[in-house]
Amino acid sequence: MSGDTMWTAVVVASIGCYLLKLAGMSVPAAWVEQPWIARIVDFVPAALLAALVAVQGLTSEDRVVVDGRLAGLAVAALALALRAPFIVVIALAGATGAGVHLLAG
Amino acid sequence: MSDPARSRTLRDAIGLGIAVGFYGIAFGAAAEGAGLDAWQAMTLSALMFSGASQFALIGVLGAGGSAPAAIGSALLLGVRNTVYGVRMAPLLAPRSALGRAGAAHWVIDETTAMAVAAPDRELGRLAFWATGATIYLGWNAMTLVGALGASGLGETAQAALDSVVPAAFLALLWPRLQRSSSTEAGAQRRVAIGGAVIALALTPFVPAGVQVIVAVVAVALAGRPRTAERPA
Repeated sequence: MSGDTMWTAVVVASIGCYLLKLAGMSVPAAWVEQPWIARIVDFVPAALLAALVAVQGLTSEDRVVVDGRLAGLAVAALALALRAPFIVVIALAGATGAGVHLLAG
Repeated sequence: MSDPARSRTLRDAIGLGIAVGFYGIAFGAAAEGAGLDAWQAMTLSALMFSGASQFALIGVLGAGGSAPAAIGSALLLGVRNTVYGVRMAPLLAPRSALGRAGAAHWVIDETTAMAVAAPDRELGRLAFWATGATIYLGWNAMTLVGALGASGLGETAQAALDSVVPAAFLALLWPRLQRSSSTEAGAQRRVAIGGAVIALALTPFVPAGVQVIVAVVAVALAGRPRTAERPA
């Protein structure tokens, strides 16, 4: 991807995200505070984050790939279950990914 | 308003700013790994200033996704902040259009959570501004550290970074799966599993990044209101 396309994505997405914030501060509350909107807004982050976990952890281009990232995710899940702080979780995941890479040569 | 309450609010805000700063290192490093340069990583932290949206954008770009797919993912996560804004507007009660525009930039997960948790309105405002300021500083400074630190890494460090990004998404997702009400946690888990399965199943067939958006739209539509439903 060219540098220009990257910049376009960065700037357009940044402005869009800001306008979403500003819209919340500006629209009448009644527009947004409806049960079905609340429900969808409550669901979107979980669906999106889980989809990103799956795609980032298990795919490469258009294929499903199992490698050190899955081991890293398993270790991260264990650390999260043990209530480890964020920085510990990602450090352990990173160390696991690096370890698998070294072992697999 | 008592002084201990004020200092507790400020202390919490600073603590949160430092914790989020560490996250900024991870973001800067991951952005570098996804092919962005340090300026682009910094621009995102300064202008977008919404961690999950930033990770989504670089995640899709790093996976080879198109700019529209990356922008779409970032915006989908950004809709959350619209809802926060609706809650924050009466509390912050900005007096001018400029004040509203300035306050809106800092309406994110952490500032909203801190402001809403404060015992009264004045402390709520203090919590919003103090948390916003410390997080904004920490997040931007640490993004730069991460972006600069990650350039020139070797292959093993790159493998470490590849494992950091999915783990970071998992860490963002985790609290949603552990909600106190078991019905809510169950619903969030079903939504999460649905999103992950659809995204993986579509990966061979659609351009990178598009599977993520389709998964979210499909799951959100599955949660649409039923005619007999009453608000919980």
